[in-house]
Amino acid sequence: METILEVNGLTMDFGGLRALDHLNIDIRRGEIVALIGPNGAGKTTFFNCITGIYLPTQGDIIISPPKAEGTHKRERINGLKPNQVTEKGMARTFQNIRLFPNMTVLENVMIGRHCRTRAGVAGAIFRNRAMVREEQSIVDDSFRVLEKIGLARYVNDQARNLPYGAQRLLEIARALATEPFLILLDEPAAGMNPQETHELDELITRIRDDEGISILLIEHDMKLVMSLSNRIFVMDYGKKIAQGTPEEIRNNPVVIKAYLGEEIDA
Amino acid sequence: MMPTLSEIKKSFLVSLWFMFLTFPIMVIRVNTTEKLVLWRWENMAYMGIGSFLLSFVWRYMLWRKETGKKDSESGTLQLPSFFERILSDRRYIVPATAAGIALVAIFPFVMDTYQTNIMITALMYIVLGLGLNIVVGLAGLLDLGYVAFYAVGAYTYGLLNHHFGLGFWTVLPIGAVMGAFFGILLGFPVLRLRGDYLAIVTLGFGEIIRLILENWNEFSFGPSGIAQIARPSLFGIQLSLSSSIIYLYFVMIGMVLFTIFVVNRLQNSRIGRAWIALREDEVACQAMGIDKTRTKLTAFALGATWAGMVGVIFAAKTTFINPASFTFLESAMILAIVVLGGMGSIVGVSIAALILILLPEYLRAFSEFRMLIFGAIMVIMMVFRPQGIVANVRRSYKFQPDKHS
Repeated sequence: METILEVNGLTMDFGGLRALDHLNIDIRRGEIVALIGPNGAGKTTFFNCITGIYLPTQGDIIISPPKAEGTHKRERINGLKPNQVTEKGMARTFQNIRLFPNMTVLENVMIGRHCRTRAGVAGAIFRNRAMVREEQSIVDDSFRVLEKIGLARYVNDQARNLPYGAQRLLEIARALATEPFLILLDEPAAGMNPQETHELDELITRIRDDEGISILLIEHDMKLVMSLSNRIFVMDYGKKIAQGTPEEIRNNPVVIKAYLGEEIDA
Repeated sequence: MMPTLSEIKKSFLVSLWFMFLTFPIMVIRVNTTEKLVLWRWENMAYMGIGSFLLSFVWRYMLWRKETGKKDSESGTLQLPSFFERILSDRRYIVPATAAGIALVAIFPFVMDTYQTNIMITALMYIVLGLGLNIVVGLAGLLDLGYVAFYAVGAYTYGLLNHHFGLGFWTVLPIGAVMGAFFGILLGFPVLRLRGDYLAIVTLGFGEIIRLILENWNEFSFGPSGIAQIARPSLFGIQLSLSSSIIYLYFVMIGMVLFTIFVVNRLQNSRIGRAWIALREDEVACQAMGIDKTRTKLTAFALGATWAGMVGVIFAAKTTFINPASFTFLESAMILAIVVLGGMGSIVGVSIAALILILLPEYLRAFSEFRMLIFGAIMVIMMVFRPQGIVANVRRSYKFQPDKHS
């Protein structure tokens, strides 16, 4: 499988603090990859760097979006704005839910369609036929995404009235609507009960299998991480300390040390 | 279990406190010439009864608001206001519109010039309110210098008419373009700002424009302003004063309808949704692929366009403009219209504009208390209906579940 995201030597300094230290990560097509590590390890900073919210101090972020014919071109995306990164095909969700609370569920997803549609001010005012058709397609596509995620019954509710678990799902739906090749999920299972977590597990697998979208997720729920991911990267203090399959990570002494601390011989 | 004993007790304490506070000024009167102290105890009784009743009514209203919230399950369903109930009932819509159209059509012929003039002003504020509504209500960018664009429009017409003799209809689109241009001009430096910082910069921008107009004598004729600006002509025919006011009234009606039409379409379009998303969460909005820069600039430009056009109409209406018409108070007034009417709601903003502009005119008898009443209305509105007269309701869509999947 070809690599779709390649991060080489990514470094991010906040003043004197090195939040990310020469990080190398790669994601292949059709993979579910987890990024784990103790609190403050720099996982979310990593997300913010590759989605353009922060400008990394050093290093390369290279994407090669998969194309149907198999011809994919490599592209360095450092310094692009967040909306341009999304347009390139990397969509994300947020650790602390960031929906548009006063818009309806459908409208939240329709916002995701924004970068794939073109209607401008003139189109909005004159509503020529092409624009009407585009608007209808935005509505239909968004509704289809909601059906896929299982939120269709909330379609006209305000986003802020949704139950917590549904809000998390709506973030995923919104990201899906941007037609990404890679979705970045920042703690998607945070605050979910075991039943919801189990459904999320199935949903993420389904997104990968049905849509062919690769997934990179930050998660603290180890059960979910172990059952879901093909590969795991472990971070601590801004450095990558381990990588491998769930089985390898589970038994890696370095990882255990990072999470539980070192054993002291008396 | 509404008027509980504790509520009464609280109101009673409030009234005691007020009696104590006002004791020195309301009760004691010292007559210095005759060296007499007059004790006016009856005033204390009035104070006590008055403040008790006011406090009690206030508590009762708050209580009603609270229970209203509890009744609606989700906690966000507010009780519909009078206007919302009329708007949502199909039976009332047709007769109400018919009556409205008839009223609008005969108004200038029934009423005298003075009344028509006031109505034109109110209509102008509707358009201004709807324009600012794009910036503040939809895109969530608090703009305290909106009057600057209004001034730009007015001076565009004033100067072009004075120097080149250009007519009203020629300058109207130019005024719109100038408004949009200045909107973008303001938009660029404030792209990175939001909230309070944005408010301060826009406030400064409004003052800069006014000060330039006031001090650049060669350009804008300074505080003495521009006089004898031509009134709008009807296909080249100059109208008499009274008929030109009637004419302007209908121009303004057309303008209001045009604005409502455009703003309504924008609101439920791809651009409008992007504005609202920007208001709701800037970071998430960008992460979802919306170009923040472009979205903000379109909001500023399209908002300012209306102010530019109304500015042209204002210059044509008064035939005299000077910088004194474009003070911060005007911006505050327009902002009050948007907030009072309900952010993002077209009907609400229109109603609020009519109330805030017409009411002071008809309450001339109480002109000394005008600002007091104005302030009280704003405070009461913010406590009991913070969402405005008519809350903005997002459009809902219908789907057949079996059509898809």
